[in-house]
Amino acid sequence: MALRQCAIYGKGGIGKSTTTQNLVAGLAEAGKKVMIVGCDPKADSTRLILHAKAQNSIMEMAANAGSVEDLELEDVLKVGYRGIKCVESGGPEPGVGCAGRGVITAINFLEEEGAYEADLDFVFYDVLGDVVCGGFAMPIRENKAQEIYIVCSGEMMAMYAANNIAKGIVKYANSGSVRLAGLICNSRNTAREDELIIELARQLGTQMIHFVPRDNVVQRAEIRRMTVIEYDPKAAQAQQYRDLAHKIINNKNFVIPTPITMDALEELLMAFGLMDEEDESIVGKTAGEEVAA
Amino acid sequence: MANLTREETLDLIAEVLEVYPEKAKKDRAKHLAVNDQAIEQSKKCITSNRKSLPGVMTVRGCAYAGSKGVVWGPIKDMIHVSHGPVGCGQYSRAGRRNYYVGMTGVNTFGTMNFTSDFQEKDIVFGGDKKLAKLIDEIEQLFPLNKGISVQSECPIGLIGDDIEAVSKKKAKELDKPIVPVRCEGFRGVSQSLGHHIANDAIRDWVIGNRDGDDSFPTTPYDVAVIGDYNIGGDAWASRILLEEMGLRVVAQWSGDGTIAEMELTPKVKLNLIHCYRSMNYISRHMEEKYGIPWMEYNFFGPTKIAESLRKIAAFFDETIKANAEAVIAKYEAQYAAVIAKYRPRLEGKRVMLYVGGLRPRHVIGAYEDLGMEVVGTGYEFAHNDDYDRTIKDMADSTLLYDDVTGYEFEEFVKRIKPDLIGSGIKEKYIFQKMGIPFRQMHSWDYSGPYHGYDGFSIFARDMDMTINNPCWGKMTAPWLVEEEAQAQPQQARA
Repeated sequence: MALRQCAIYGKGGIGKSTTTQNLVAGLAEAGKKVMIVGCDPKADSTRLILHAKAQNSIMEMAANAGSVEDLELEDVLKVGYRGIKCVESGGPEPGVGCAGRGVITAINFLEEEGAYEADLDFVFYDVLGDVVCGGFAMPIRENKAQEIYIVCSGEMMAMYAANNIAKGIVKYANSGSVRLAGLICNSRNTAREDELIIELARQLGTQMIHFVPRDNVVQRAEIRRMTVIEYDPKAAQAQQYRDLAHKIINNKNFVIPTPITMDALEELLMAFGLMDEEDESIVGKTAGEEVAA
Repeated sequence: MANLTREETLDLIAEVLEVYPEKAKKDRAKHLAVNDQAIEQSKKCITSNRKSLPGVMTVRGCAYAGSKGVVWGPIKDMIHVSHGPVGCGQYSRAGRRNYYVGMTGVNTFGTMNFTSDFQEKDIVFGGDKKLAKLIDEIEQLFPLNKGISVQSECPIGLIGDDIEAVSKKKAKELDKPIVPVRCEGFRGVSQSLGHHIANDAIRDWVIGNRDGDDSFPTTPYDVAVIGDYNIGGDAWASRILLEEMGLRVVAQWSGDGTIAEMELTPKVKLNLIHCYRSMNYISRHMEEKYGIPWMEYNFFGPTKIAESLRKIAAFFDETIKANAEAVIAKYEAQYAAVIAKYRPRLEGKRVMLYVGGLRPRHVIGAYEDLGMEVVGTGYEFAHNDDYDRTIKDMADSTLLYDDVTGYEFEEFVKRIKPDLIGSGIKEKYIFQKMGIPFRQMHSWDYSGPYHGYDGFSIFARDMDMTINNPCWGKMTAPWLVEEEAQAQPQQARA
């Protein structure tokens, strides 16, 4: 089987890293050989696989060694649960330097060192928040990830972010082979959440590949720095991640997304009661003025 | 060849523009003009200080070049750190021929390159710590430095390093001026914005350093020379004339300059500006803040020198005015001899110029003193106020070209057939291979000085040895001379 490269995007705090690691555990359990590339200066994309606090990152080690050319692949590549390979690009503290350049440097390093030539079935890029600059778009440029999964929930901002990410994908899809492969709904237990995300997916021209219900076992596993599949393989939630993993293995639904306008998005939110109809008469009115009126 | 008429020059411009695509043609047309002395404001005939079009082979520099290379670089007792990757500093090192006296590497640092040599990790994690460390290292290795300037290369602006905070902290620790300069190369359309940014940094970090300190004894005859970069010793050849007329030159900006001189400049009575383009900003600031008047002067060629000396003297008392006349009289025999020797060899020769910020107009007088005429001129990075001044100095119907492209310049030269071109290193070999005598007018072709009476002697000699060099009669290879003579027997006999 040819190597499939997938990138996970989504609003900050939506559960990208947790979802990625849990589903990758599912892939590994199914016998797939997987590598996770963390593209976030926080370097927390691999802790559940390695049972570590935060893995030493490529950029951090390059800074200590002098330059990235001084590093060897073994220095940065750690192997965790069921042989899952883990690397973290790393980057600066908030407010200094250029985290985007860190992602570019780290991915170039992995390519040059032949990290992708090994016997791998999947590479997963776990990417920070929204696409904030060219560096964070690195995983979706040509010859990197071809499949993008967006993690979202039935909350307004998560859906805004999903639509924005779809816009970013369109830019690179037209010049390369990157495609949107589906929305992963990481449930926040909002009303009619599954219907809402299915509808959003339809409008974006894609699918909701899986609905991951909310379950406290995820947090219990996380405290132990483990995935659910490793911590409690019999849990119902473990089966959910296995299902997601199998859907991804069998996924053939790769599209150039059709991002929707802000108006269309707001209509959708209103239809599901997440947003009130705009009342133009109150725009710019202070509390005092409203009382007077 | 006879000079072109106004109509012929307009036709030439139209013909040259013809090959451009429509959009480029429209844009470039605004930068080419036929001089008309009757026009009061240059904006009515020429556009300048605009972004260059991609693909036209402009020879402009960048904001870093304007700050590090032009304004700050010549301050000899400071260390100027090219902050960022190594190339910007290394490939421009010592390239500008701004002479200075001192022990390089001990108390002066003009021709050395100091850089933070950014690596990937410095981009990703930021360069502030490295900057702080290298400032400590500078202080240890070169303790006689009088201050440090941080010249930002492009990445500094992209990653948002806080060089101001580092500079403030280190300046306090070392008790020396440390000046952060935000002259990232991508800012602005040419080196011109770099001059302005550098001037602003001087305003914010240097010029007020001795406010309220009256310990420096002043005289009524204190002046500062501003915008003379001492190329080949220009400022020295200028300074002696001012001193001979009884003025005291307190500061030289920035050729052979020091930070102490810059700090003392607000104490002078008059600021004398040679390169208006690169230093008018700080002169205006000193006028506003300290009430110091400033005036432009021109020390190229005896006519302009005498004019300028008298204009400068007019700011002072009768003694100085009398001294100015005495200085002019003193050098009269010297420059008359130069003119007597070279004018017969140069009379009627036609010159085209394309230089930076002041020479496209300032050297016209020196050529005229030698009986030569400037038939085309243009600036790399001028603004409209420069062209306002140029219109008056150029004859009617001559050609003006702003940010000229490689193609345009070549075509103009082919048609106008000047006897001499004065421009830079990028133009030099093209025109020499076309068989046209050429002088570099940025670096004085490793000669100089050209300022002052002493400089005029050298200027005249250089123009003569270039134009009247026997090599221009040998443009045809020896084995082709005979063939050509046979192919065109009538012409050869004629």
